[in-house]
Amino acid sequence: MDYVPALARWIHFMAGVMWIGLLYYFNFVQVPALKAATADGTAAGITKHVAPRALLYFRWAAVVTWLAGAALLGDQFVNAFLLRGGMAGIGVGAWLGTIMLFNVWVLIWPNQQKILGLKPATDEEKNKARRVAFLASRTNTALSIPLLFFMAGGWSHRALFGL
Amino acid sequence: MKNPLDSLWGTIISGLVLTVILYFVVKSIVGIPG
Repeated sequence: MDYVPALARWIHFMAGVMWIGLLYYFNFVQVPALKAATADGTAAGITKHVAPRALLYFRWAAVVTWLAGAALLGDQFVNAFLLRGGMAGIGVGAWLGTIMLFNVWVLIWPNQQKILGLKPATDEEKNKARRVAFLASRTNTALSIPLLFFMAGGWSHRALFGL
Repeated sequence: MKNPLDSLWGTIISGLVLTVILYFVVKSIVGIPG
């Protein structure tokens, strides 16, 4: 069954690129662009046509990335999450990815639904939702930095850990 | 105190600092037989 880890790794990378790519798009491009677009009255183009599509691929890519990562860990899944059996490096990556998946589905997506008018919300609720979604997204951007370090921790990282 | 996550540079620096901290955590765990 060598096909499973090979396919899981491939899918994990593709979905991961989409997830983190869209995360960086939101933080590096869309947030500053929305600020400028709101100032000249053109924000609707982004909030109506771009953001919902980007969020669709973003949140489902997060799920696929996590599931493919779990499949890739295989029988080492528990060892990774318990940081034992030589799996501490990838285990930290797995924990970070899991926290980020939680942020996407529990903090970012429900609040984005209020912000984009996909779910009814008062102006006060929208303002609160904006802040929570923004901070969760920024938290994920910060967490993606150690995440990628530990996810990439193959043979090239062994020397860094004194192995 | 301003939240570092309010700026992109603050976010990136927070991520880098966390990477260094977690690196030393993992390095200490890796040394312990599993």
